[in-house]
Amino acid sequence: MTVAAPNDFQESLQPQGWLRYFSFSLDHKVIGLQYLVTGFLFYFIGGAMAGVIRAELASPISDFVSRETYNEVLTLHGTVMIFLWIVPVVNGGFGNYLIPFYVGARDMAFPRLNAVAFWMIPPAGILLIGSYFITGAAQSGWTAYPPLSLTTPALGQVVWIVSVLLLGGSSIFGGINFIATILKLRRPGLQLMQLPMYCWAMLGTSILVVLSTPVLAGTLLLLSFDIVAHTGFFNPALGGNVVVYQHLFWFYSHPAVYIMVLPAFGLVSEILPIHARKPLFGYTTMVYSILAIVVLGLVVWAHHMFTSGTPPWMRLFFTIATSFIAVPTGIKFFNWLATLWGGKLALNSAMLFSCAFIVNFVFGGITGVALAQVPFDIHVHDTYFVVGHFHYIVYGGTVFVIFASIYHWYPKFTGRMLNEDLGRLHFLLTFVGFNLCFAPQHWLGLNGMPRRVAEYDPSFTTLNQISSVGALLMAISSLPFLYNVLVSAFRGQVAGDNPWNALTPEWLTSSPPPVENWIGEAPLVKHPYGYGVDEDTLSVEAATGRDLWSGAGRR
Amino acid sequence: MPIPSSLVTLLVGMALVLSGLWVGYNVDLLPLAASTNAPVYDSLFRVLFSIGTILFLGIVGLVVFSLVRFRRRAGDQTDGLAIEGNLPLELVWTAIPAIVVLFVGLYSYDIYERMGGMSSLNDHAAMHQMPAMETMEASVTAVEGGKEPAARVWGGIGTGAGETNVLPVEVTAMQFAFIFHYPEGDITSGELHVPNGRPVELRMKANDVIHAFWVPQFRLKQDVIPGQPTVLTFTPTKAGSYPIICAELCGPYHGGMRSTVVVHEPDAYDAWLQKNSPVTATVASALSTPTA
Repeated sequence: MTVAAPNDFQESLQPQGWLRYFSFSLDHKVIGLQYLVTGFLFYFIGGAMAGVIRAELASPISDFVSRETYNEVLTLHGTVMIFLWIVPVVNGGFGNYLIPFYVGARDMAFPRLNAVAFWMIPPAGILLIGSYFITGAAQSGWTAYPPLSLTTPALGQVVWIVSVLLLGGSSIFGGINFIATILKLRRPGLQLMQLPMYCWAMLGTSILVVLSTPVLAGTLLLLSFDIVAHTGFFNPALGGNVVVYQHLFWFYSHPAVYIMVLPAFGLVSEILPIHARKPLFGYTTMVYSILAIVVLGLVVWAHHMFTSGTPPWMRLFFTIATSFIAVPTGIKFFNWLATLWGGKLALNSAMLFSCAFIVNFVFGGITGVALAQVPFDIHVHDTYFVVGHFHYIVYGGTVFVIFASIYHWYPKFTGRMLNEDLGRLHFLLTFVGFNLCFAPQHWLGLNGMPRRVAEYDPSFTTLNQISSVGALLMAISSLPFLYNVLVSAFRGQVAGDNPWNALTPEWLTSSPPPVENWIGEAPLVKHPYGYGVDEDTLSVEAATGRDLWSGAGRR
Repeated sequence: MPIPSSLVTLLVGMALVLSGLWVGYNVDLLPLAASTNAPVYDSLFRVLFSIGTILFLGIVGLVVFSLVRFRRRAGDQTDGLAIEGNLPLELVWTAIPAIVVLFVGLYSYDIYERMGGMSSLNDHAAMHQMPAMETMEASVTAVEGGKEPAARVWGGIGTGAGETNVLPVEVTAMQFAFIFHYPEGDITSGELHVPNGRPVELRMKANDVIHAFWVPQFRLKQDVIPGQPTVLTFTPTKAGSYPIICAELCGPYHGGMRSTVVVHEPDAYDAWLQKNSPVTATVASALSTPTA
């Protein structure tokens, strides 16, 4: 076996220039951006579907699309937003771009597996969305509960299963790659407890991916047997049990929530210290709280099934376990607040989106603890209260962080800054639109509006229209964003290597970084958050990788 | 002399807690409470709302305060303070949420018990002895399901309440309707009619896919799952008409799968029973009187 010297890599058949973004590139930065741009394309498709849903719900009767189409759209909206937007972007996108920098590596542990993982996504996405136009899409919601998923048109449901299996496979490949990279590819001398927090978040997330995604894959295979081969795993008419499906499905799909938010926690932990000019508060407790969330996240799934006829002891156990996730999560939020406290906060778009993330997520977390209580959940389960709650988590939480991250790392991706005025406009429209859209839904759920309906009680019309106006604002908010990212790539102010004066390793190279990340040796960053007024602080401009490695000017 | 910061913190904290409690006890976000467990639910809601308000206002207050107070002034290129952590502080904010969620968990357990959720269900052994094929036979007239419902309960709140004058109603959920059948009086109805103040026992079955029986004014919801007959009991406390809503996606007309529960005063209920009974009026009244 020969070990390729770094320079062999550059002379390979990899295309150069813009073409590499459409190729089977092995460069982790190219793959990261491929994930990111693909994710955004699906985000806008999923957003258009949300537009259809909100247009239908602007009036209490089913009058905008047919009822079958409405169910197809809500199924696709959920599936696209989870499996093609949030999971690939916060894991595959930022993970691929940042993790090799953070561990001081020149690429991921398995570059080819990495490229395979990405290239499973476009066919899966095209299959899923194409199914709407060709065979008719699945109509049973993103949860695909049997027996409904066994009785709705079979072809669309099978295509949905194949697509989700591909996306799950991609996710598993990515998870294995992240675990291997973080544990085995660290630069010599770099210890686990010196890694930037996003590495820990990705390690925890990847453990969840590897443990729980295969369960979803197996479950969906059994479901497809039920549909295609008329087996009876989940078909009560053949002696199957539909609640077993729900257990297996949520064994993945609750950890999936942490697969979507833990990376966002990591990204925020990178962004806040830089723009607050302070060290990340409580690094060690942050690490342990991530690990606690991973462990607890695996044993809370049945809180999605409190009305499904679960026995009382199970309801009690899952109530307590779910409530206790609030403890490690709370630690992280208090640590972020302490990171802000006494800092020098730059009120730029990245900071505004990050702070709005804290506000939104705390709101979603409070409703989440409430929902964990069985008696509370029994009233609001499967209502718009739940819809409001999880959009506060995944949109108000993760998507806000994705936008913060775009404003933060765009200079690294492209070498140019984004326009701050457009960024703040984008923030304002998104924040107002988001809260207008989803806050009223809590009241709707409490007062009797179930989720996944195309028609509702006319007394709920006004609040639904407010919600739809909020959705429209969110759609409008993407215009300044799109203009900003497209135009700034060519006309934006030149960023320089390290516009934020950051200490994490991705900023200690050129913008955009060269293939294999550093011209010389990789820097050893033992204090990724070493900001703060301290007499022996090393000037970042003057620092070289060698200085940082040798610890010059460091404690 | 400046006011010590610890005193300011204490005062702000007290104001926060008081305002949270005030908001929690004055909030009116829920629909009418029309069953015995609705007021119990509402008291849990108030407690959760108070705690949530305190936390939310506190954290948003801290974020906004930080953004204003610690914003970077123009031309300031210096860093903030190099504080990397504070173990006692971190222990405090680990302990406080832990105590709060423990309290909330125990309190909601208590609420759940008062709602009848922890009453003993039949054990799993009974479930396994039940022939699997029998359970899937869910039809409106399946009398054997009504004979010993206690032997096949799968969940639901308020099961086995031990009441003597329980009104049994067989509920069949199908795409896209609820059918109610009254064993006493042999009435089949698309609406649920119940007398005020009398416990009602719904013996629920689903014919095709999963549905969920939800009455917001009763604060009750139970999935109706094919192959798993379920019992749900409740006691209405206010006469009136309330919506019955299917809360589980069950197909294209899911949004239209609604019905009404009419809570009558006992006299009016007896009249309804007599009027609708397919058997002769004398038999119907004879059937309805011994239930008291």
